[in-house]
Amino acid sequence: MRADLELIHGWVPEGARVLDLGCGDGTLLDALARDKQVTGYGLEIDPDGLTACVARGVNVIEQNLDEGLANFDDNAYDLVIMTQALQALRRPDLMLDEMLRVAGECIITFPNFAYWRHRLYLGFKGYMPVSKSLPHAWYDTPNIHLSTFNDFERLCRDKGLTITDQAVGNGEHEAHWSSRLWPNLFGETAIFRVSRAGDA
Amino acid sequence: MPELASDSVGVVTPQTAHFDDPLALACGKTLPSYTLVYETYGTLNAEGTNAVLICHALSGHHHAAGRHHEDDRKPGWWDAHIGPGKSIDTNRFFVVSLNNLGGCHGSTGPLSINPETGRPWGPDFPMMTVSDWVHSQARLADRLGIERFAAVVGGSLGGMQVMQWALDYPERIAHAAVIAATPRLSAQNIAFNEVARQAIRSDPDFHDGWYGEHDTLPRRGLKLARMVGHITYLSETAMGSKFGRDLRHDLGYGYEVEFQVESYLRHQGDTFSESFDANTYLLMTKALDYFDPAAPHGGDLAAALAPAQCPFLVVSFSTDWRFPPWRSRELVDALVRADKPVSYANIDSPHGHDAFLLPEPRYQAVFAGFMARVARDQQLEGS
Repeated sequence: MRADLELIHGWVPEGARVLDLGCGDGTLLDALARDKQVTGYGLEIDPDGLTACVARGVNVIEQNLDEGLANFDDNAYDLVIMTQALQALRRPDLMLDEMLRVAGECIITFPNFAYWRHRLYLGFKGYMPVSKSLPHAWYDTPNIHLSTFNDFERLCRDKGLTITDQAVGNGEHEAHWSSRLWPNLFGETAIFRVSRAGDA
Repeated sequence: MPELASDSVGVVTPQTAHFDDPLALACGKTLPSYTLVYETYGTLNAEGTNAVLICHALSGHHHAAGRHHEDDRKPGWWDAHIGPGKSIDTNRFFVVSLNNLGGCHGSTGPLSINPETGRPWGPDFPMMTVSDWVHSQARLADRLGIERFAAVVGGSLGGMQVMQWALDYPERIAHAAVIAATPRLSAQNIAFNEVARQAIRSDPDFHDGWYGEHDTLPRRGLKLARMVGHITYLSETAMGSKFGRDLRHDLGYGYEVEFQVESYLRHQGDTFSESFDANTYLLMTKALDYFDPAAPHGGDLAAALAPAQCPFLVVSFSTDWRFPPWRSRELVDALVRADKPVSYANIDSPHGHDAFLLPEPRYQAVFAGFMARVARDQQLEGS
């Protein structure tokens, strides 16, 4: 499993009711159902991911996240997970509101644009960074709202949300002391666990 | 003689099952006895865990796959999806496909003899509902030794029967596939059905449904009904790319056939009016109109779905304007609210409502993926 998914797997409580926004091929939901009796749905628009979910028996609904989550009731879930999709949404801030409407808690991962390699790339080469976590060229990237570890922290603060956990995932699958100390610089993937104010 | 393709179920022979225990119907009447005509493909395993029921749509019938003779011009109506190695893989599954009651392809319907009068039922044949069909299908399952279907599958009106199965016999259906359907007809859907019915009923040859006794058929009415229906099965794009504004010949400045699309619709209508029974068409459209499982629950579909236990696959098609994607979403959203297992795919297809009958790579991938999961859940060999 991808490093960020493995970390999330550890954070999800037994028997939780979960929504996975942009669930890909259903790897995480499948593992959570098997290991932790988690129930819920994945949302996906990629045809291959969706077919893979159907074939492995993961509940998946073809739904564009930019259209919101109006079909899910307030507090209907324990947890909403969104991995590597926030940066591709039209309004990440509104999605955050939606996620914390349908559940008290959410887990979000996204590529940290302030990762040192990205800084070097931009700083020295003068081009938009292309890396393992940001594999697209600037003109065809789905990532229209790139942000940094610090940016997301600030958004949560501005919204009065509580960050209950934060971590970084690195492509090399290691949690080096440096990335724990300076996540904004050394974290390739940002991982946040956020709950509504007062819920924590 | 042409060789049958290796992914065909081959030459099939319809079978009949006669039932003497009366069937109480939603309309209040009772069918004292009845016959169902059906086909099967594949082999029922010893445990009886690999049976799949196919439910047909408005003008469908039992002949879903294979051919009746080696030189049959056309295979069954869902041959694209049923056969060895196809989405509903007959190497794994035992497939049952029947003609519904009230039909005109061999099962008891308006063309059958009414035992009380000794003459054909005609317009006296009781009005059928989706629920009535499901009850009769359950009796056929009993007869075939099928306690629980691995999956019940259907498109359009067939999809409505699948929904009803999950509500009426939740313990007898392990998986449900609802394709290009809707949990209830819209006013526009009912309006189109009413135009079709009026076309038939106002044909002077209709004779209040007793056309058989007058040795005639309401051909003009049935033709018009089919023509208007057919328009709703195709998308504007599909019609456009098939016919455009192509002409049969130079403009004649008259009312003879000029555009290809006119010729096509007239041909479709003519063929249908010779091969389909008008009374059957009328009652099938009524069954469509009446279907509304949410109605007894004050319109709350999620509440209506409470008895369902099986995982659902719901599929819609992007250009279907008869039952558009958002009608499938109604069902999906209600299933989610009722906390039921469901997956939903909206397939990009130019073919409108008819897309559910056709092969399309993404549709086939999703459908085959779901059926592979069914096989796995049922612990079938080779899954």
